[in-house]
Amino acid sequence: MEKEYTLAVTVENKSGVLAHIAGLFSGRGFNISELSVGETENPDYSRMTIVVKGDEKILDQVKKQLNKFIDVVKVIDLSGATAVHREIILIKVKAPAQKRQEVFQIAEIFKGKVVDLSHESLTLEVTGIADKIEALIKILQPYGILEMARTGRVSISRGAGKKGGTTNG
Amino acid sequence: MRMTGAKAIVEALHKEKVTTLFGIPGGVVIPLFDAIYGDKKLNLVVTKHEQGAIHAADGYARSCGKPGVCIVTSGPGATNIVTGLATAYMDSVPLVAITGQVPTAMIGNDAFQEADTTGITRPVTKHNFLIREPGELPLVLKKAFYLATTGRCGPVLVDVPKDMLTAQIEFDYPDKVSIPGYSIPEQGHARQIKKVMDAIKEAKKPLIYAGGGIITSNASDELKKFAKTTGIPVVLTLMGLGAFPASEPEFLGMLGMHGTKTANYATDRCDLLIALGSRFDDRVTGKLELFAPHAKFIHVDIDPASISKNVIIDIPIVGDAKQTLREMNKQAQKLAISDWLSEIARWKEEHPLTYSNDEVLRPQYVIDRLYEITKGDAIITTEVGQNQMWAAQFYKFNKPRRLITSGGLGTMGYGLPAAIGAQLANPDALVVDIAGDGSIQMNIQEMATIAQRALPIKVVILNNGYLGMVRQWQEYFFDRRYSATCLRRDKRCPDICCEPGPHCPPYVPDFVKLADAYGAVGIRIHKKADVDDALREAVTQDKTVLMDFLINPEENVTPMVPAGAPINKMISSKEDADAFLLA
Ligand SMILES: Cc1ncc(C[n+]2csc(CCOP(=O)(O)OP(=O)(O)O)c2C)c(N)n1
Ligand SMILES: [Mg+2]
Repeated sequence: MEKEYTLAVTVENKSGVLAHIAGLFSGRGFNISELSVGETENPDYSRMTIVVKGDEKILDQVKKQLNKFIDVVKVIDLSGATAVHREIILIKVKAPAQKRQEVFQIAEIFKGKVVDLSHESLTLEVTGIADKIEALIKILQPYGILEMARTGRVSISRGAGKKGGTTNG
Repeated sequence: MRMTGAKAIVEALHKEKVTTLFGIPGGVVIPLFDAIYGDKKLNLVVTKHEQGAIHAADGYARSCGKPGVCIVTSGPGATNIVTGLATAYMDSVPLVAITGQVPTAMIGNDAFQEADTTGITRPVTKHNFLIREPGELPLVLKKAFYLATTGRCGPVLVDVPKDMLTAQIEFDYPDKVSIPGYSIPEQGHARQIKKVMDAIKEAKKPLIYAGGGIITSNASDELKKFAKTTGIPVVLTLMGLGAFPASEPEFLGMLGMHGTKTANYATDRCDLLIALGSRFDDRVTGKLELFAPHAKFIHVDIDPASISKNVIIDIPIVGDAKQTLREMNKQAQKLAISDWLSEIARWKEEHPLTYSNDEVLRPQYVIDRLYEITKGDAIITTEVGQNQMWAAQFYKFNKPRRLITSGGLGTMGYGLPAAIGAQLANPDALVVDIAGDGSIQMNIQEMATIAQRALPIKVVILNNGYLGMVRQWQEYFFDRRYSATCLRRDKRCPDICCEPGPHCPPYVPDFVKLADAYGAVGIRIHKKADVDDALREAVTQDKTVLMDFLINPEENVTPMVPAGAPINKMISSKEDADAFLLA
């Protein structure tokens, strides 16, 4: 069955690695729906959060192929595990004076912040899980979305341990 | 010790005990070739084309097990080895390719002879490196050889900008490396091995399906012991031929698209398939859903990503084949499977590999005779196509590393340069390239390298005047419309023609004259009766000999499993193909 899976991938922090991983996905016909990259607690390593679409068999191959890369140090599957997922969206909507109050209210319900304001538009920043962000977009659609940017999720396991990891080998 | 980066590379090659390497120089690698110049420990073989260099390095590696090394320049030099990297990658061959790169300051500027080599080669290498600091050279080279030759072997590329070659560095070669994202599976897990042995005990129709992994891990003796002790019959993949002696009664032949009927029937009927260092390639499995439909699957492989990739495995073992088989051998016992063995014996008797034994000069006969006359002791390289399949079917490989062929990528033009590498790695062996008339022309320039090195390689061209394997598919599945496959065709020919005959234009080039031009002996064989004399003359001469066998133009490789069919559905004629298409 087609599903979304979240993988946290620790990689060596050097040039070319992102291209390598992107190449794996295109070369083997895997679908990435979200990808975010940043440094980790150890500056030698970066962490990628990759959301893959597919079934269990594809997920299994994705994990194995990632593990096979020399520059990949660890692959953690956060799909089933209890994990915290967050994404940020910056969304610019049309908001002439008479509509502005309504948009402010929506922002409040979504625990968002207004980060920019002009005569015709305002920009909201909202953090949350994908469902919440999707809901926000849907609600703002009628006002006219001028532009938006999403980070893709970052995810981490709950509790003290680095759980759910399948290390290389 | 302080030295230039170029000298450091040479020192690293010494440390890795490299004795033979292949390459072609160019602007940015002059300092490296300068450092090699006059080096007594390195035999540098300069080929005529970089593809020749990398296939030669590949043939060297496959025939002796040591890593092959090639050095080429930036840009076109690097792009010319891409096919060779992909060839080695698909067949898990240990290679280290060193490419020159434009100076660091010019990278990204579309400099003269710049190509993004690490970008281009990433999908066809096990790993690649771009040197950014000259001081990294020793460690990176150590890593390159380590990665190429351990785990699932493969080609590793090191891209070296020119300024790294001229910089002064401290040469300190590490004895060991540790790479955080890399670990090498060794012996399979004891609990899994136990499960495997239990499953084997229960099986009524077990079958070993072994591949190139047995050869790479030098596990042939262990495999033989396992099959002999248990009595389990063996089928091999193309890459696995020689991993188990063809002369042993347990051997049922190659399986898959051009496998023997016995091998394919046994695979179809077995109740336990023991895959050892093989990877369920589509040329082996045919229609995947119907592959070994009654079997439980065991898979021993060093690459976890190979396991359950195409077929879901019941008992997986990630591990080195040799070490795992050793453990299995400790627990192996003779099985009571005589019913299964007599079923197999019947197939063997009813369906041997055959060909018409008439007056026509047929390729199968040529290879049969080659086998007899070389006493089965030659190293055979092949090109790709029908020639390759006939070689696999009719030369009986009794030892590993005797068949050197491009299996995974199917690279035409592989065989001749690979023969150079094989001959250099095995100076006393008889090396024969079994070639197609099409493929050989893809790297025919290496005849000059062979001449200059005075290598006594024998070339057997099975000249059918066609890109024969493609023509065979056209005959079977495209109504004999021989589009683009006739190698005699010239501008006078009619648009549509499917009748080879006396009206055809003369063959270009004249291979015998070509042999002469390259300083080799050329022999043309028209008749079956002349085959033995030609082969005898060739193998007794200490010279390069090229034999142009004018074989039956429309000879086919049979049996054949049509693409997409299950492997027990084999065809052997146009009529079979028609029936298959109708069904
Ligand atoms: C580089 C490359 N190009 C194209 C092919 C497709 N191909 C596979 S077999 C074949 C025909 C080979 O002809 P020849 O070398 O004469 O061998 P034959 O089949 O006639 O023995 C072709 C074109 C290939 N395998 N490799
Ligand atoms: Mg041909």
